[in-house]
Amino acid sequence: MLEVDRLRKSYGGRVVLSDLSLSVASHRCLALIGASGSGKSTLLRCINLLETVDDGTVRLEGRDITDPRVRPDEVRARVGIVFQAFNLFPHMSVLDNVTLAPRRVHGVPRPAAEEQALAMLDRVGLASRARARPDELSGGQQQRVAIARALVTNPVLMLFDEVTSALDPELVGEVLSLLAELKADGTTMVVATHEMGFARQVADEVAFLADGTVAEQGPPEQLFTDPVDPRTQRFLRRIIEAGRL
Amino acid sequence: MSTRGTAPGDAWVPSPVQQERLAYRRRRSRRSALIAAVSTVVVLGAVAVAVVHTRGWPQFRHAFFDLSYGVQVLPDIAKGLWLNVRIMVVCEVVILVLALLLALARSLRGPAFFPLRALSTVYTDVFRGLPALLVIFLLGFGVPSLRIGWLTSNALVWGSIGLILTYSAYVAEVFRAGIESVHPSQRAAARSLGLTHAQTMRHVVLPQAVRRVVPPLLNDLVSLQKDTALVAVLGTVYYDAVLQAQIDIAESFNYTPYVVAGLLFLVLTIPLTRLTDWVARRQGWAGATGPV
Ligand SMILES: Nc1ncnc2c1ncn2[C@@H]1O[C@H](COP(=O)(O)OP(=O)(O)OP(=O)(O)O)[C@@H](O)[C@H]1O
Ligand SMILES: [Mg+2]
Repeated sequence: MLEVDRLRKSYGGRVVLSDLSLSVASHRCLALIGASGSGKSTLLRCINLLETVDDGTVRLEGRDITDPRVRPDEVRARVGIVFQAFNLFPHMSVLDNVTLAPRRVHGVPRPAAEEQALAMLDRVGLASRARARPDELSGGQQQRVAIARALVTNPVLMLFDEVTSALDPELVGEVLSLLAELKADGTTMVVATHEMGFARQVADEVAFLADGTVAEQGPPEQLFTDPVDPRTQRFLRRIIEAGRL
Repeated sequence: MSTRGTAPGDAWVPSPVQQERLAYRRRRSRRSALIAAVSTVVVLGAVAVAVVHTRGWPQFRHAFFDLSYGVQVLPDIAKGLWLNVRIMVVCEVVILVLALLLALARSLRGPAFFPLRALSTVYTDVFRGLPALLVIFLLGFGVPSLRIGWLTSNALVWGSIGLILTYSAYVAEVFRAGIESVHPSQRAAARSLGLTHAQTMRHVVLPQAVRRVVPPLLNDLVSLQKDTALVAVLGTVYYDAVLQAQIDIAESFNYTPYVVAGLLFLVLTIPLTRLTDWVARRQGWAGATGPV
């Protein structure tokens, strides 16, 4: 489904990702963990073509999307991404936020788009707030709208970038359980997260990022209980000491 | 959000404590209004007394505030003002469109758009730097003197074009500032959904940018309204309010017509400035949250 092969990305001489490879099969959920600044967001942005890579390839459904001849808009229309800071459009209602891409990118007529959007909002538990402005919602509700906005066009791959980091602790649960539901429904997803509980219980695979590359990738049972790489061992020890595992 | 009424069926009656508070607030605001009124009367009275006792006041009053003469010239000057209003409206529409195009041209990325970007930059640099009066003279006197058949030699048209050229450079910068004030994460979110650059501009960036720059835009509009008088210096066959006043003065050597013209301009611009303040204040607390 998704194969990242020897990816390299630098910002003005600072190498952030180097020789990074990983893969995600259809209907699987990969959790990306790693220290702050290890490049999780950068990797997701590269997969969504919000960044141009320096080297290496990203293949989506077998097709090299890092080829400069590929139109980024086309790829982005099939890959959904949800950001840490929600990034809802503040001048539009919740419903308009969710119908924007179906109407403008996929050419769905307004009534059909609204019907789909309402169904999606219902799924994230917010159909009754469709007419509200984003700033009238709580953080958790805003994040669920952002997820609905990304999901409504049926992307083949969903990327989540620390979608709970900006939320108050009591709101984290509602968003994580939504992600778990999506996973149960067979959505292919890559989730960058600091929530070790989620990575452990929901993800099929966990990739640990360090020094701009995947230090270790494996099923959560193995990676969390019997890590091979010394960097993973150190990272997990710190997490355990902080009482977050 | 603004205050919401009580929900239907909600039989809320303010408690005695709350009623006491409301009564107290009412008393306070009545008292404040009274103090403001008294102090205004006292200050204005003192100023008036000082002015009328200044030496030379009678001559001054005759030359600038001759009431009956003012009433006599009022209709002509008002007719002139109508021309100012028409110039203003036409210019404003063209300025807004042109300025938006200039700002959009500057926001384009990619090598193919380099000439457009450069042209827009040079344009704004040049016309923001030139005095409006100079541009109006140059076009209003210069072009008609060429006597090129297919170009109109109507000085009024050329004067208005001068205003448009100057003002669109300013307004373009206002739009550009608005566009750049929209946080990059908004663009990223729009692009991540598959929207093109143009769609992102149209549906996400511009609506937010325009909302933010309404106060400075209105400010430029007030300024434009006054500067329509500059077109009068071309001495066209059309008489605007200021030129009309000047003609009356040339006959009577009494300056009251200028005062009348000035008052008429204020009648137009003060409501606009109040509107500008009101919009700015409203955005101050409603729109400052910006993108998350
Ligand atoms: N636009 C940019 N320009 C320059 N450097 C950048 C840019 N974006 C990210 N970086 C750098 O790249 C590195 C990786 O950043 P990234 O945001 O991918 O980390 P992260 O793993 O998502 O961290 P966090 O857990 O804090 O979100 C950081 O050192 C950061 O300073
Ligand atoms: Mg990050």
